[in-house]
Amino acid sequence: MSMDSLPFFPTRASTIGGPIDELYFAWLILAGVVAVAVALTMVWFAVRYRRGSPASRVIAGPAEHARTMHHIEITWTIVPLVLFLGMFAWSAEVYYRSIRVPKDALPVYVVAKQWMWHAEHPAGEREINELHVPVNRPVELVMTSQDVIHSLSIPDFRIKQDVLPGRYTTLSFTANRPGEYHLYCTQFCGTSHSHMVGRVVVMEPAAYEQWLSAHADVPTMASRGERRYHELGCDGCHGAQAAVRAPKLEGLFGRPIPLRDGRTVRADERFMHDAVLLPNENVPAGYDANMPSFRGQISEEDLLDLIEYLKSKGNATHDGGQ
Amino acid sequence: MNSAVIDVHENIASHESYLSSGWNWRSWLLTLDHKRIGILYVVAITMLFGIGGSAAAMIRLDLLTPHSQLVSIETYNKLFTMHGVIMVWFFLIPSIPATLGNFLVPMMIGARDLAFPRLNLLSWYLFIFGGLFTIYALLAGGVDTGWTFYAPYSTSFSTSHVFAVASGIFIAGFSSILTGLNFIVTIHEMRAPGMTWFRLPLFIWSMYATSLILVLATPVLAMTLMLMGMERTFGIGVFDPGLGGDPLLFQHLFWFYSHPAVYIMIVPAMGVASEIISCFCRNPVFGYRFMAYAILAIAAFGFVVWGHHMFVSGQSAYAGTVFSLLTFLVSVPSAIKVFNWTATLYKAHITFHAPMLYALGFVGLFTIGGLTGLFLASLGLDVQLHDTYFVVAHFHYIMVGAAVMAFFGGIHFWWPKITGRMYPEGWARFCAILTFIGFNLTFFPQFILGYLGMPRRYPDYPPEFQVWNVLSSAGSSLLAFGYVLPLAYLLWSLRYGARAPANPWGATGLEWQTDSPPPSENFHTTPIVTEEAYAYHTESAHG
Repeated sequence: MSMDSLPFFPTRASTIGGPIDELYFAWLILAGVVAVAVALTMVWFAVRYRRGSPASRVIAGPAEHARTMHHIEITWTIVPLVLFLGMFAWSAEVYYRSIRVPKDALPVYVVAKQWMWHAEHPAGEREINELHVPVNRPVELVMTSQDVIHSLSIPDFRIKQDVLPGRYTTLSFTANRPGEYHLYCTQFCGTSHSHMVGRVVVMEPAAYEQWLSAHADVPTMASRGERRYHELGCDGCHGAQAAVRAPKLEGLFGRPIPLRDGRTVRADERFMHDAVLLPNENVPAGYDANMPSFRGQISEEDLLDLIEYLKSKGNATHDGGQ
Repeated sequence: MNSAVIDVHENIASHESYLSSGWNWRSWLLTLDHKRIGILYVVAITMLFGIGGSAAAMIRLDLLTPHSQLVSIETYNKLFTMHGVIMVWFFLIPSIPATLGNFLVPMMIGARDLAFPRLNLLSWYLFIFGGLFTIYALLAGGVDTGWTFYAPYSTSFSTSHVFAVASGIFIAGFSSILTGLNFIVTIHEMRAPGMTWFRLPLFIWSMYATSLILVLATPVLAMTLMLMGMERTFGIGVFDPGLGGDPLLFQHLFWFYSHPAVYIMIVPAMGVASEIISCFCRNPVFGYRFMAYAILAIAAFGFVVWGHHMFVSGQSAYAGTVFSLLTFLVSVPSAIKVFNWTATLYKAHITFHAPMLYALGFVGLFTIGGLTGLFLASLGLDVQLHDTYFVVAHFHYIMVGAAVMAFFGGIHFWWPKITGRMYPEGWARFCAILTFIGFNLTFFPQFILGYLGMPRRYPDYPPEFQVWNVLSSAGSSLLAFGYVLPLAYLLWSLRYGARAPANPWGATGLEWQTDSPPPSENFHTTPIVTEEAYAYHTESAHG
């Protein structure tokens, strides 16, 4: 907040903030003009045409009058319509710009749960109710919830996205101003909803590197995922020497997968997630539905580690799929 | 001469009116008279408004400080849920249709009663039964999901009385459906000779459109609540992904009802405002046919914009784009209505009685509420505003500011007809102005809080938001007086108010051509309609 005593306007600390603020100001001006015009017209008529006032009420030429009135009706139907369509197009353009994820975006994984935010960086750092990001570098949050629906909101970045159980949603931004900013949960999630808050720390590149190196001894997400992969016995079926006929996982990520029921789905994060927890939902073509569900045996954080591991396997052998 | 005057007076006041036809409990609780049932609804929703309003008062008091001090955060969550549930389903939705609609629909079209009087009484009992059920559940321990009941919180996580409150709303829903059905049949079948569709007062058009929404949307709410109850009680997976369900499905179903429900609240208010403005302008409503078509267009488009509540929910970006476009389209007929009310003032003979002040206040608040709705319809901008106080302010401007302003205006306007007494004009004008000012002071600061990013449903909030919250709470104390004072002076007027003549405002409309209060059968002889609605132009020649 820029002014402590009477804040009117939030700090702007991301690249999308400018375009969204422009939309906001445009609407403020447009709505202000319309509201003032309607109010002034009403007051003017109310005074001029109060009962007993001398103003003339005579309407000359009823037929011509009716035609004029009809034209007025058409005018104030068409003019707002055109204006609204223009504003629609503009706001949709800003929206599509805001949800486009740049290719070089730094991924950060977020697990929401009653009532905390848990962030994991691919290099291994874990944070609770905090998020450290470098300035001027696109960041993509890949988010899921362990329980109910939450929503991640950073007003100073002008961004917000619901975080759902059972699927991944993404939120991308480029912070362009170092500092600390509020992070809120904006979807009511139970008793301590208003305490599910935190801070985003935007750091200069040097400071960010220093922060990263302070956690250099932490294993990466992929290595944690690999450990979990073996602990859960995944290679018993998916491994190279496995007796059971199960799909091989190398290079799987990002590929289109033909399914037994004729559909084809892309092997994205959600596909991987569901394959572990709801394996019989999407059975690949040519395989039996004989994988057990791992529901209750694996946390959302572990699942993200596992997905990072499978992605890294893909990178090693298949150059990252698509 | 003198005795004749007294005779007429007696006639009006006591002999033949629907109010004098019996004063025991049976004559009220088993009445089939639409006018008496309308009054039963007035009594019921006034009490419920009191409960919902008390919850709001506690919320505003608690928000005076950044750290919840008045109540615990658990209690705060239950308070805003109770406020929302009571105000939406047990006050706003029945407010104008069940009270003024019940009283006026037969009278305005020249009928003796609604098409199905027994069904009408059943509707009231269903409403009361659902209301008592809900109040019991709310008091016995309350519910903490918010009035939106989002799954899977409501189905698998909340430990509060979700099932009981949902059952209360489910029961009351049938009251809505049956009232809607009754109005539709009545308006189709029971119009007096000469009362063609395009001679109907706009209030009747608004009741017709509202009834269509009630009949078509409410069943979807019933299904949604039933699925929610089944998932919660029997673990049948519909919405909870842990049970193989889809939580977005709940939101789609919920808003498929709840967005049209906003039009159930505001369309009747548009009807009331049209009647009042036309009467106190001595002018026909400008562009009558455009107004009638606009009401129908709003009701129809209202069914296809629900996804604008879900731009950041995880719904696809393309779906969001379509819903944004459709939302802009539905706002065109709303804009037309504001322009037409304003144009009705042109070359008019305006008097500023309390109902007119309420109606002008309605137009003002509806304009602000409508314009800020356009901010929210804008995809990119909604991302910042969604689930903040901007949304809270916007929908209160429409559903509370505008709709309740019109409801109070309507109560004052038809009070002489309903009770046979005049209300005290000075007090009423004062309250109309006080309500308008108090409302703006309460809710305007919340627009600013919203863009700053203050989330909804936060008993504890960062201290930099405090100043706007204090302003809002201060304004709400004025608003509370504006809402409570009419109760006092209207009750006073029942005994001490001046006797009302048949047509104190010199209004057109069939309801003004019969006694105040009307006889049980409404009209001594069936009226025959020979002219358009709002035929005030004859008077303006010598006005």
